[in-house]
Amino acid sequence: MSNQSTVLYDAPGPRARARNRITAVVFVVIVVAALGYMVSVLADNGQFAAEKWDPFTVGGTWTTWILPGLWGTLKAAFVSIVLALIIGAFLGIGRMSDHKWVRMVSGFIVEVFRALPVLILMFFAYFLFAKYAVVPSSQLSFAAVVFGLTLYNGSVIAEILRAGIQAVPRGQSEAAQSIGLRKSQMMRMILLPQAVTAMLPALISQMVIALKDSALGYAFGYIEVVRSGIVSASYWGNYLPSLVVVAIIMIVINFCLTGFANYLERRLRRGRRKTNAPDPDVAELETMENVPGFNKIG
Amino acid sequence: MSTLWESMGPALWPAFWITIKLTFYSAIGSLIWGVLLAGMKVSPVPVMRGFATVYVNVVRNTPLTLIIIFCSIGLYQNLGLALAPDNATFIESNNFRLAVLGFILYTSTFVCETLRAGFNTVPIGQAEAARSLGLSFPQVFGLIVLPQALRTVIAPLGSVLIALTKNTTIASVIGVSEAALLMKSELETNGDQILVIFAIIAVGFMIITLSEGAFFGWAAKRWAVKR
Repeated sequence: MSNQSTVLYDAPGPRARARNRITAVVFVVIVVAALGYMVSVLADNGQFAAEKWDPFTVGGTWTTWILPGLWGTLKAAFVSIVLALIIGAFLGIGRMSDHKWVRMVSGFIVEVFRALPVLILMFFAYFLFAKYAVVPSSQLSFAAVVFGLTLYNGSVIAEILRAGIQAVPRGQSEAAQSIGLRKSQMMRMILLPQAVTAMLPALISQMVIALKDSALGYAFGYIEVVRSGIVSASYWGNYLPSLVVVAIIMIVINFCLTGFANYLERRLRRGRRKTNAPDPDVAELETMENVPGFNKIG
Repeated sequence: MSTLWESMGPALWPAFWITIKLTFYSAIGSLIWGVLLAGMKVSPVPVMRGFATVYVNVVRNTPLTLIIIFCSIGLYQNLGLALAPDNATFIESNNFRLAVLGFILYTSTFVCETLRAGFNTVPIGQAEAARSLGLSFPQVFGLIVLPQALRTVIAPLGSVLIALTKNTTIASVIGVSEAALLMKSELETNGDQILVIFAIIAVGFMIITLSEGAFFGWAAKRWAVKR
Protein backbone atom coordinates (compact mmCIF):
# COMPACT_ATOMS: atom_id res chain seq x y z
CA MET A 1 0.00 0.00 0.00
CA SER A 2 2.82 2.40 0.77
CA ASN A 3 4.06 1.86 -2.77
CA GLN A 4 0.70 2.47 -4.28
CA SER A 5 0.03 5.64 -2.38
CA THR A 6 3.21 7.23 -3.62
CA VAL A 7 2.42 6.31 -7.18
CA LEU A 8 -0.72 8.40 -7.05
CA TYR A 9 1.17 11.60 -6.34
CA ASP A 10 4.72 12.90 -6.68
CA ALA A 11 7.04 13.46 -3.79
CA PRO A 12 5.59 16.79 -2.71
CA GLY A 13 7.49 19.95 -3.56
CA PRO A 14 7.14 23.22 -1.67
CA ARG A 15 3.78 24.14 -3.20
CA ALA A 16 2.33 20.66 -2.84
CA ARG A 17 3.51 20.55 0.77
CA ALA A 18 1.82 23.86 1.46
CA ARG A 19 -1.34 22.63 -0.24
CA ASN A 20 -1.28 19.39 1.71
CA ARG A 21 -0.83 21.31 4.93
CA ILE A 22 -3.82 23.51 4.14
CA THR A 23 -5.91 20.44 3.25
CA ALA A 24 -4.82 18.77 6.47
CA VAL A 25 -5.71 21.83 8.54
CA VAL A 26 -9.12 22.19 6.88
CA PHE A 27 -9.79 18.48 7.35
CA VAL A 28 -8.75 18.57 11.00
CA VAL A 29 -10.94 21.63 11.58
CA ILE A 30 -13.94 19.86 10.03
CA VAL A 31 -13.37 16.68 12.06
CA VAL A 32 -12.76 18.62 15.27
CA ALA A 33 -15.84 20.74 14.65
CA ALA A 34 -17.96 17.63 14.10
CA LEU A 35 -16.54 15.96 17.19
CA GLY A 36 -16.90 19.17 19.19
CA TYR A 37 -20.52 19.46 18.16
CA MET A 38 -21.18 15.88 19.21
CA VAL A 39 -19.38 16.39 22.50
CA SER A 40 -21.31 19.56 23.25
CA VAL A 41 -24.64 17.86 22.51
CA LEU A 42 -23.57 14.95 24.69
CA ALA A 43 -22.50 17.28 27.46
CA ASP A 44 -25.82 19.17 27.26
CA ASN A 45 -27.57 15.84 27.64
CA GLY A 46 -25.48 15.14 30.71
CA GLN A 47 -23.86 12.08 29.14
CA PHE A 48 -20.50 12.96 30.66
CA ALA A 49 -21.93 13.31 34.16
CA ALA A 50 -20.00 11.10 36.56
CA GLU A 51 -23.06 9.12 37.59
CA LYS A 52 -23.46 7.88 34.02
CA TRP A 53 -19.98 6.37 34.06
CA ASP A 54 -19.61 5.49 37.74
CA PRO A 55 -21.54 2.21 37.33
CA PHE A 56 -18.52 0.88 35.45
CA THR A 57 -16.34 1.36 38.52
CA VAL A 58 -18.81 -0.72 40.53
CA GLY A 59 -17.87 -4.39 40.47
CA GLY A 60 -21.53 -5.40 40.39
CA THR A 61 -22.06 -3.92 36.93
CA TRP A 62 -19.37 -6.19 35.58
CA THR A 63 -20.15 -9.36 37.52
CA THR A 64 -23.93 -9.09 37.11
CA TRP A 65 -24.18 -7.98 33.51
CA ILE A 66 -21.18 -7.25 31.35
CA LEU A 67 -19.03 -10.30 32.10
CA PRO A 68 -21.87 -12.86 31.85
CA GLY A 69 -22.86 -11.17 28.58
CA LEU A 70 -19.32 -11.34 27.32
CA TRP A 71 -19.20 -14.99 28.34
CA GLY A 72 -22.40 -15.56 26.36
CA THR A 73 -20.86 -13.95 23.29
CA LEU A 74 -17.59 -15.87 23.54
CA LYS A 75 -19.34 -19.16 24.32
CA ALA A 76 -21.69 -18.91 21.35
CA ALA A 77 -18.91 -17.84 19.00
CA PHE A 78 -16.51 -20.53 20.18
CA VAL A 79 -18.96 -23.43 20.13
CA SER A 80 -20.27 -22.49 16.72
CA ILE A 81 -16.80 -22.01 15.23
CA VAL A 82 -15.75 -25.47 16.41
CA LEU A 83 -18.94 -27.01 15.01
CA ALA A 84 -18.62 -24.94 11.84
CA LEU A 85 -15.08 -26.22 11.32
CA ILE A 86 -16.32 -29.81 11.52
CA ILE A 87 -19.31 -29.21 9.25
CA GLY A 88 -17.24 -27.04 6.94
CA ALA A 89 -14.62 -29.77 6.55
CA PHE A 90 -17.29 -32.31 5.64
CA LEU A 91 -19.06 -29.98 3.21
CA GLY A 92 -15.84 -28.73 1.66
CA ILE A 93 -14.52 -32.22 1.06
CA GLY A 94 -17.99 -33.32 0.01
CA ARG A 95 -18.00 -30.71 -2.77
CA MET A 96 -14.91 -32.34 -4.22
CA SER A 97 -16.16 -35.89 -3.86
CA ASP A 98 -15.93 -38.42 -6.68
CA HIS A 99 -19.61 -39.19 -6.28
CA LYS A 100 -21.86 -36.80 -8.12
CA TRP A 101 -24.73 -36.94 -5.63
CA VAL A 102 -22.41 -36.10 -2.68
CA ARG A 103 -21.07 -33.13 -4.64
CA MET A 104 -24.57 -31.95 -5.44
CA VAL A 105 -25.93 -32.31 -1.93
CA SER A 106 -22.98 -30.53 -0.31
CA GLY A 107 -23.01 -27.85 -2.97
CA PHE A 108 -26.72 -27.27 -2.44
CA ILE A 109 -26.33 -26.98 1.35
CA VAL A 110 -23.40 -24.58 1.03
CA GLU A 111 -25.13 -22.33 -1.50
CA VAL A 112 -28.42 -22.18 0.40
CA PHE A 113 -27.00 -21.40 3.82
CA ARG A 114 -24.60 -18.85 2.43
CA ALA A 115 -27.40 -17.06 0.64
CA LEU A 116 -29.64 -16.73 3.70
CA PRO A 117 -29.45 -14.04 6.39
CA VAL A 118 -28.13 -15.53 9.63
CA LEU A 119 -30.90 -13.86 11.61
CA ILE A 120 -33.50 -15.72 9.55
CA LEU A 121 -31.76 -19.02 10.33
CA MET A 122 -31.73 -18.13 14.02
CA PHE A 123 -35.44 -17.22 14.13
CA PHE A 124 -36.22 -20.49 12.37
CA ALA A 125 -34.12 -22.54 14.80
CA TYR A 126 -35.51 -20.71 17.83
CA PHE A 127 -39.13 -21.46 17.01
CA LEU A 128 -38.40 -24.95 15.74
CA PHE A 129 -36.46 -25.92 18.86
CA ALA A 130 -39.16 -24.36 21.04
CA LYS A 131 -41.95 -26.28 19.36
CA TYR A 132 -40.34 -29.69 19.43
CA ALA A 133 -38.57 -29.09 22.76
CA VAL A 134 -35.26 -30.11 21.19
CA VAL A 135 -33.29 -28.33 23.89
CA PRO A 136 -34.20 -27.27 27.44
CA SER A 137 -35.95 -23.92 27.36
CA SER A 138 -33.14 -22.23 29.29
CA GLN A 139 -30.75 -23.08 26.44
CA LEU A 140 -33.20 -22.22 23.68
CA SER A 141 -31.73 -18.92 22.55
CA PHE A 142 -28.19 -20.23 22.89
CA ALA A 143 -29.03 -23.20 20.68
CA ALA A 144 -30.65 -20.91 18.12
CA VAL A 145 -27.60 -18.65 17.97
CA VAL A 146 -25.25 -21.61 17.65
CA PHE A 147 -27.46 -23.20 14.98
CA GLY A 148 -27.51 -20.08 12.83
CA LEU A 149 -23.82 -19.31 13.23
CA THR A 150 -22.77 -22.92 12.66
CA LEU A 151 -24.68 -23.41 9.42
CA TYR A 152 -23.67 -20.06 7.98
CA ASN A 153 -20.02 -20.16 9.01
CA GLY A 154 -19.81 -23.87 8.20
CA SER A 155 -20.82 -23.09 4.62
CA VAL A 156 -18.31 -20.28 4.34
CA ILE A 157 -15.56 -22.40 5.90
CA ALA A 158 -16.39 -25.16 3.41
CA GLU A 159 -15.67 -22.73 0.62
CA ILE A 160 -12.48 -21.49 2.31
CA LEU A 161 -11.21 -25.05 2.74
CA ARG A 162 -12.13 -25.99 -0.80
CA ALA A 163 -10.20 -23.00 -2.12
CA GLY A 164 -7.29 -23.99 0.13
CA ILE A 165 -7.28 -27.60 -1.02
CA GLN A 166 -7.43 -26.56 -4.66
CA ALA A 167 -4.48 -24.23 -4.07
CA VAL A 168 -2.23 -27.08 -2.90
CA PRO A 169 0.15 -27.86 -5.77
CA ARG A 170 -0.94 -30.84 -7.90
CA GLY A 171 2.39 -32.58 -7.29
CA GLN A 172 1.41 -33.11 -3.68
CA SER A 173 -1.59 -35.30 -4.51
CA GLU A 174 0.31 -37.02 -7.32
CA ALA A 175 3.11 -37.86 -4.90
CA ALA A 176 0.58 -39.09 -2.36
CA GLN A 177 -1.01 -41.36 -4.96
CA SER A 178 2.36 -42.66 -6.10
CA ILE A 179 3.24 -43.86 -2.61
CA GLY A 180 -0.08 -45.66 -2.54
CA LEU A 181 -2.18 -43.54 -0.18
CA ARG A 182 -5.91 -43.99 -0.43
CA LYS A 183 -8.02 -40.94 -1.20
CA SER A 184 -9.15 -40.48 2.40
CA GLN A 185 -5.55 -40.79 3.63
CA MET A 186 -4.36 -38.30 1.04
CA MET A 187 -7.04 -35.84 2.11
CA ARG A 188 -6.37 -36.32 5.82
CA MET A 189 -2.58 -36.49 5.80
CA ILE A 190 -1.50 -34.39 2.83
CA LEU A 191 -4.11 -31.98 1.50
CA LEU A 192 -6.12 -30.89 4.53
CA PRO A 193 -3.14 -29.93 6.75
CA GLN A 194 -1.66 -27.80 3.99
CA ALA A 195 -5.01 -26.23 3.14
CA VAL A 196 -5.75 -25.40 6.77
CA THR A 197 -2.33 -23.80 7.24
CA ALA A 198 -2.68 -21.74 4.10
CA MET A 199 -6.20 -20.68 5.01
CA LEU A 200 -5.58 -20.05 8.70
CA PRO A 201 -5.81 -16.25 8.35
CA ALA A 202 -9.15 -16.57 6.54
CA LEU A 203 -10.39 -18.97 9.22
CA ILE A 204 -9.46 -16.54 11.98
CA SER A 205 -11.20 -13.72 10.14
CA GLN A 206 -14.24 -15.97 10.10
CA MET A 207 -14.04 -16.13 13.90
CA VAL A 208 -14.34 -12.35 14.00
CA ILE A 209 -17.49 -12.63 11.89
CA ALA A 210 -18.89 -15.28 14.25
CA LEU A 211 -18.12 -13.08 17.26
CA LYS A 212 -19.85 -10.10 15.71
CA ASP A 213 -22.80 -12.13 14.49
CA SER A 214 -23.43 -13.67 17.90
CA ALA A 215 -24.80 -10.23 18.78
CA LEU A 216 -27.76 -11.18 16.55
CA GLY A 217 -28.98 -13.22 19.52
CA TYR A 218 -30.08 -9.84 20.84
CA ALA A 219 -33.16 -10.14 18.64
CA PHE A 220 -34.60 -13.03 20.69
CA GLY A 221 -33.21 -12.45 24.13
CA TYR A 222 -29.94 -14.34 24.12
CA ILE A 223 -27.73 -12.95 26.88
CA GLU A 224 -24.77 -11.73 24.86
CA VAL A 225 -22.71 -8.65 25.50
CA VAL A 226 -24.90 -6.13 23.65
CA ARG A 227 -28.06 -7.39 25.37
CA SER A 228 -26.38 -7.41 28.78
CA GLY A 229 -25.05 -3.90 28.17
CA ILE A 230 -28.59 -2.70 27.42
CA VAL A 231 -29.99 -4.48 30.48
CA SER A 232 -27.33 -2.93 32.69
CA ALA A 233 -28.09 0.43 31.09
CA SER A 234 -31.78 0.15 31.85
CA TYR A 235 -30.86 -0.46 35.48
CA TRP A 236 -28.47 2.49 35.75
CA GLY A 237 -30.11 4.72 33.14
CA ASN A 238 -26.90 5.16 31.15
CA TYR A 239 -27.61 3.82 27.66
CA LEU A 240 -24.97 5.67 25.73
CA PRO A 241 -22.04 4.95 28.09
CA SER A 242 -23.03 1.27 28.21
CA LEU A 243 -23.10 1.01 24.44
CA VAL A 244 -19.71 2.71 24.28
CA VAL A 245 -18.20 0.32 26.83
CA VAL A 246 -19.63 -2.73 25.04
CA ALA A 247 -18.39 -1.41 21.71
CA ILE A 248 -14.89 -0.91 23.10
CA ILE A 249 -14.81 -4.47 24.48
CA MET A 250 -15.89 -5.96 21.15
CA ILE A 251 -13.60 -3.75 19.08
CA VAL A 252 -10.57 -4.66 21.23
CA ILE A 253 -11.26 -8.41 20.97
CA ASN A 254 -11.94 -8.31 17.24
CA PHE A 255 -9.05 -5.99 16.58
CA CYS A 256 -6.67 -8.40 18.31
CA LEU A 257 -8.03 -11.33 16.31
CA THR A 258 -7.79 -9.39 13.04
CA GLY A 259 -4.27 -8.35 13.93
CA PHE A 260 -3.37 -11.96 14.65
CA ALA A 261 -4.82 -13.04 11.30
CA ASN A 262 -2.79 -10.38 9.50
CA TYR A 263 0.36 -11.38 11.37
CA LEU A 264 -0.15 -15.03 10.38
CA GLU A 265 -0.79 -14.03 6.80
CA ARG A 266 2.46 -12.05 6.63
CA ARG A 267 4.37 -14.92 8.19
CA LEU A 268 2.88 -17.46 5.84
CA ARG A 269 3.60 -15.26 2.86
CA ARG A 270 7.20 -14.73 3.95
CA GLY A 271 7.59 -18.51 4.08
CA ARG A 272 6.38 -18.75 0.49
CA ARG A 273 8.17 -15.70 -0.82
CA LYS A 274 10.16 -17.57 -3.45
CA THR A 275 7.00 -18.81 -5.11
CA ASN A 276 6.18 -15.49 -6.69
CA ALA A 277 3.67 -14.43 -4.07
CA PRO A 278 0.90 -12.28 -5.54
CA ASP A 279 0.16 -8.80 -4.27
CA PRO A 280 -1.74 -9.40 -1.01
CA ASP A 281 -4.53 -7.01 -1.93
CA VAL A 282 -4.99 -8.49 -5.37
CA ALA A 283 -4.91 -11.99 -3.92
CA GLU A 284 -7.58 -10.81 -1.52
CA LEU A 285 -9.73 -9.76 -4.46
CA GLU A 286 -9.35 -13.17 -6.00
CA THR A 287 -10.36 -14.94 -2.81
CA MET A 288 -13.26 -12.57 -2.29
CA GLU A 289 -15.51 -15.60 -2.32
CA ASN A 290 -14.67 -15.67 1.37
CA VAL A 291 -16.63 -12.48 1.74
CA PRO A 292 -19.98 -13.26 3.33
CA GLY A 293 -22.60 -13.79 0.72
CA PHE A 294 -20.36 -14.03 -2.28
CA ASN A 295 -21.88 -16.10 -5.02
CA LYS A 296 -19.49 -17.12 -7.68
CA ILE A 297 -21.17 -16.58 -11.00
CA GLY A 298 -19.82 -17.55 -14.36
CA MET B 1 -52.26 -23.18 5.64
CA SER B 2 -55.07 -20.92 4.47
CA THR B 3 -55.06 -18.95 7.72
CA LEU B 4 -51.31 -18.54 7.36
CA TRP B 5 -51.72 -17.26 3.85
CA GLU B 6 -54.47 -14.88 4.91
CA SER B 7 -52.20 -13.20 7.43
CA MET B 8 -48.88 -13.53 5.63
CA GLY B 9 -49.79 -13.13 1.96
CA PRO B 10 -50.77 -9.46 1.95
CA ALA B 11 -47.89 -8.53 4.29
CA LEU B 12 -45.25 -10.27 2.19
CA TRP B 13 -44.65 -7.74 -0.54
CA PRO B 14 -44.69 -4.66 1.75
CA ALA B 15 -42.14 -6.32 4.05
CA PHE B 16 -39.82 -7.29 1.21
CA TRP B 17 -40.31 -3.87 -0.35
CA ILE B 18 -38.93 -2.35 2.89
CA THR B 19 -36.01 -4.81 2.68
CA ILE B 20 -35.33 -3.73 -0.90
CA LYS B 21 -35.58 -0.04 -0.03
CA LEU B 22 -33.26 -0.47 2.96
CA THR B 23 -30.76 -2.21 0.69
CA PHE B 24 -31.07 0.38 -2.07
CA TYR B 25 -30.56 3.52 0.03
CA SER B 26 -27.83 1.91 2.13
CA ALA B 27 -26.02 0.73 -0.99
CA ILE B 28 -26.01 4.20 -2.56
CA GLY B 29 -24.83 5.81 0.67
CA SER B 30 -22.18 3.17 1.34
CA LEU B 31 -20.80 3.53 -2.16
CA ILE B 32 -20.41 7.30 -1.79
CA TRP B 33 -18.98 7.22 1.73
CA GLY B 34 -16.84 4.18 0.87
CA VAL B 35 -15.28 5.93 -2.15
CA LEU B 36 -14.53 8.98 -0.01
CA LEU B 37 -12.94 6.78 2.66
CA ALA B 38 -10.87 4.94 0.05
CA GLY B 39 -9.79 8.26 -1.42
CA MET B 40 -8.72 9.49 2.01
CA LYS B 41 -6.85 6.25 2.59
CA VAL B 42 -4.56 6.82 -0.39
CA SER B 43 -4.43 10.61 -0.20
CA PRO B 44 -1.18 12.56 0.21
CA VAL B 45 -2.44 14.07 3.48
CA PRO B 46 -1.36 11.89 6.43
CA VAL B 47 -4.17 13.11 8.69
CA MET B 48 -6.77 11.90 6.21
CA ARG B 49 -5.04 8.53 5.85
CA GLY B 50 -5.00 8.20 9.63
CA PHE B 51 -8.66 9.13 9.96
CA ALA B 52 -9.76 6.63 7.30
CA THR B 53 -7.64 3.85 8.82
CA VAL B 54 -8.98 4.40 12.32
CA TYR B 55 -12.56 4.70 11.10
CA VAL B 56 -12.40 1.50 9.04
CA ASN B 57 -10.73 -0.51 11.79
CA VAL B 58 -13.08 0.65 14.52
CA VAL B 59 -16.36 0.34 12.62
CA ARG B 60 -15.51 -2.92 10.89
CA ASN B 61 -14.81 -4.61 14.21
CA THR B 62 -18.06 -3.49 15.83
CA PRO B 63 -21.08 -5.83 15.66
CA LEU B 64 -23.64 -4.41 13.23
CA THR B 65 -26.38 -5.09 15.77
CA LEU B 66 -24.61 -2.74 18.15
CA ILE B 67 -24.29 -0.04 15.49
CA ILE B 68 -27.99 -0.26 14.64
CA ILE B 69 -28.97 -0.13 18.30
CA PHE B 70 -26.59 2.76 18.77
CA CYS B 71 -28.31 4.64 15.94
CA SER B 72 -31.66 4.14 17.63
CA ILE B 73 -30.89 4.46 21.34
CA GLY B 74 -27.78 6.61 21.12
CA LEU B 75 -28.40 8.99 18.27
CA TYR B 76 -32.16 9.30 18.44
CA GLN B 77 -33.33 8.62 21.99
CA ASN B 78 -30.38 10.24 23.75
CA LEU B 79 -29.08 12.83 21.33
CA GLY B 80 -32.40 13.68 19.73
CA LEU B 81 -31.19 13.16 16.17
CA ALA B 82 -34.42 12.95 14.22
CA LEU B 83 -34.05 12.14 10.55
CA ALA B 84 -37.68 12.34 9.54
CA PRO B 85 -40.27 15.12 9.49
CA ASP B 86 -42.49 15.18 12.57
CA ASN B 87 -45.73 13.68 11.27
CA ALA B 88 -47.99 10.69 11.74
CA THR B 89 -45.45 8.19 10.39
CA PHE B 90 -42.56 9.72 12.30
CA ILE B 91 -41.48 6.66 14.32
CA GLU B 92 -41.62 4.40 11.30
CA SER B 93 -39.71 6.62 8.90
CA ASN B 94 -37.25 7.77 11.55
CA ASN B 95 -36.34 4.18 12.44
CA PHE B 96 -36.01 3.37 8.76
CA ARG B 97 -33.60 6.25 8.20
CA LEU B 98 -31.63 5.51 11.36
CA ALA B 99 -31.21 1.94 10.14
CA VAL B 100 -30.05 3.17 6.73
CA LEU B 101 -27.54 5.44 8.47
CA GLY B 102 -26.23 2.50 10.48
CA PHE B 103 -25.91 0.29 7.40
CA ILE B 104 -24.06 3.06 5.54
CA LEU B 105 -21.60 3.60 8.41
CA TYR B 106 -20.88 -0.14 8.52
CA THR B 107 -20.99 -1.22 4.87
CA SER B 108 -18.85 1.69 3.66
CA THR B 109 -15.85 0.18 5.47
CA PHE B 110 -16.14 -2.95 3.33
CA VAL B 111 -16.60 -0.86 0.19
CA CYS B 112 -13.46 1.08 1.15
CA GLU B 113 -11.38 -2.07 1.67
CA THR B 114 -12.61 -3.61 -1.58
CA LEU B 115 -11.81 -0.46 -3.54
CA ARG B 116 -8.38 -0.20 -1.99
CA ALA B 117 -7.65 -3.72 -3.17
CA GLY B 118 -8.89 -2.62 -6.58
CA PHE B 119 -6.45 0.32 -6.69
CA ASN B 120 -3.59 -2.14 -6.57
CA THR B 121 -4.77 -3.82 -9.75
CA VAL B 122 -4.38 -0.57 -11.69
CA PRO B 123 -0.98 -0.72 -13.42
CA ILE B 124 1.49 1.75 -11.96
CA GLY B 125 2.13 3.11 -15.44
CA GLN B 126 -1.41 4.47 -15.58
CA ALA B 127 -0.90 6.70 -12.55
CA GLU B 128 2.60 7.61 -13.69
CA ALA B 129 1.34 8.60 -17.13
CA ALA B 130 -1.41 10.67 -15.57
CA ARG B 131 1.08 12.42 -13.34
CA SER B 132 3.43 13.07 -16.21
CA LEU B 133 0.56 14.95 -17.88
CA GLY B 134 0.55 17.16 -14.80
CA LEU B 135 -2.71 15.92 -13.29
CA SER B 136 -3.16 16.63 -9.58
CA PHE B 137 -3.98 13.96 -7.00
CA PRO B 138 -7.76 14.49 -7.19
CA GLN B 139 -7.54 14.22 -10.98
CA VAL B 140 -5.30 11.14 -10.97
CA PHE B 141 -7.58 9.54 -8.41
CA GLY B 142 -10.93 10.54 -9.85
CA LEU B 143 -10.22 10.30 -13.59
CA ILE B 144 -7.65 7.52 -13.92
CA VAL B 145 -7.38 5.20 -10.92
CA LEU B 146 -10.91 5.14 -9.49
CA PRO B 147 -12.76 4.35 -12.77
CA GLN B 148 -10.41 1.45 -13.54
CA ALA B 149 -10.49 0.18 -9.96
CA LEU B 150 -14.29 0.35 -9.85
CA ARG B 151 -14.58 -1.75 -12.98
CA THR B 152 -12.19 -4.33 -11.57
CA VAL B 153 -14.00 -4.70 -8.27
CA ILE B 154 -17.55 -5.00 -9.61
CA ALA B 155 -17.78 -8.67 -8.59
CA PRO B 156 -16.47 -8.19 -5.01
CA LEU B 157 -18.69 -5.11 -4.66
CA GLY B 158 -21.53 -7.40 -5.62
CA SER B 159 -20.70 -9.65 -2.70
CA VAL B 160 -20.62 -6.63 -0.40
CA LEU B 161 -24.09 -5.73 -1.69
CA ILE B 162 -25.36 -9.27 -1.11
CA ALA B 163 -23.96 -9.17 2.43
CA LEU B 164 -25.70 -5.83 2.90
CA THR B 165 -29.01 -7.27 1.69
CA LYS B 166 -28.75 -10.05 4.25
CA ASN B 167 -27.68 -7.61 6.95
CA THR B 168 -30.79 -5.49 6.48
CA THR B 169 -32.60 -8.15 8.54
CA ILE B 170 -30.85 -6.60 11.56
CA ALA B 171 -33.04 -3.50 11.16
CA SER B 172 -35.74 -5.65 12.77
CA VAL B 173 -34.11 -5.14 16.19
CA ILE B 174 -35.16 -1.47 16.10
CA GLY B 175 -38.56 -2.33 14.74
CA VAL B 176 -38.24 -1.64 11.04
CA SER B 177 -40.97 -3.83 9.58
CA GLU B 178 -38.91 -5.66 6.97
CA ALA B 179 -38.97 -9.33 6.01
CA ALA B 180 -37.22 -10.71 9.13
CA LEU B 181 -39.67 -8.96 11.45
CA LEU B 182 -42.58 -10.30 9.41
CA MET B 183 -41.10 -13.78 9.73
CA LYS B 184 -40.77 -13.39 13.49
CA SER B 185 -44.33 -12.18 13.99
CA GLU B 186 -45.69 -14.91 11.70
CA LEU B 187 -43.73 -17.55 13.65
CA GLU B 188 -45.25 -16.20 16.84
CA THR B 189 -48.84 -16.32 15.58
CA ASN B 190 -48.70 -19.39 13.31
CA GLY B 191 -46.36 -21.59 15.32
CA ASP B 192 -47.48 -24.78 13.59
CA GLN B 193 -46.26 -23.67 10.17
CA ILE B 194 -42.60 -23.05 11.00
CA LEU B 195 -41.19 -24.76 7.92
CA VAL B 196 -43.57 -23.08 5.49
CA ILE B 197 -42.91 -19.60 6.91
CA PHE B 198 -39.17 -20.19 6.83
CA ALA B 199 -39.33 -21.47 3.25
CA ILE B 200 -41.35 -18.46 2.05
CA ILE B 201 -38.97 -15.92 3.62
CA ALA B 202 -35.91 -17.89 2.53
CA VAL B 203 -37.09 -18.05 -1.06
CA GLY B 204 -37.81 -14.31 -0.96
CA PHE B 205 -34.27 -13.56 0.13
CA MET B 206 -32.78 -15.96 -2.37
CA ILE B 207 -34.70 -14.30 -5.19
CA ILE B 208 -33.17 -10.96 -4.20
CA THR B 209 -29.63 -12.12 -3.53
CA LEU B 210 -29.41 -14.45 -6.52
CA SER B 211 -30.60 -11.76 -8.91
CA GLU B 212 -28.09 -9.34 -7.41
CA GLY B 213 -25.39 -11.95 -7.90
CA ALA B 214 -26.47 -12.61 -11.47
CA PHE B 215 -26.53 -8.89 -12.26
CA PHE B 216 -23.10 -8.26 -10.80
CA GLY B 217 -21.67 -11.34 -12.49
CA TRP B 218 -22.98 -10.02 -15.81
CA ALA B 219 -21.83 -6.47 -15.06
CA ALA B 220 -18.36 -7.63 -14.04
CA LYS B 221 -17.95 -9.38 -17.41
CA ARG B 222 -19.51 -6.54 -19.35
CA TRP B 223 -17.39 -3.78 -17.86
CA ALA B 224 -14.22 -5.65 -16.93
CA VAL B 225 -11.02 -3.82 -17.80
CA LYS B 226 -9.34 -5.99 -20.41
CA ARG B 227 -5.66 -6.18 -19.59
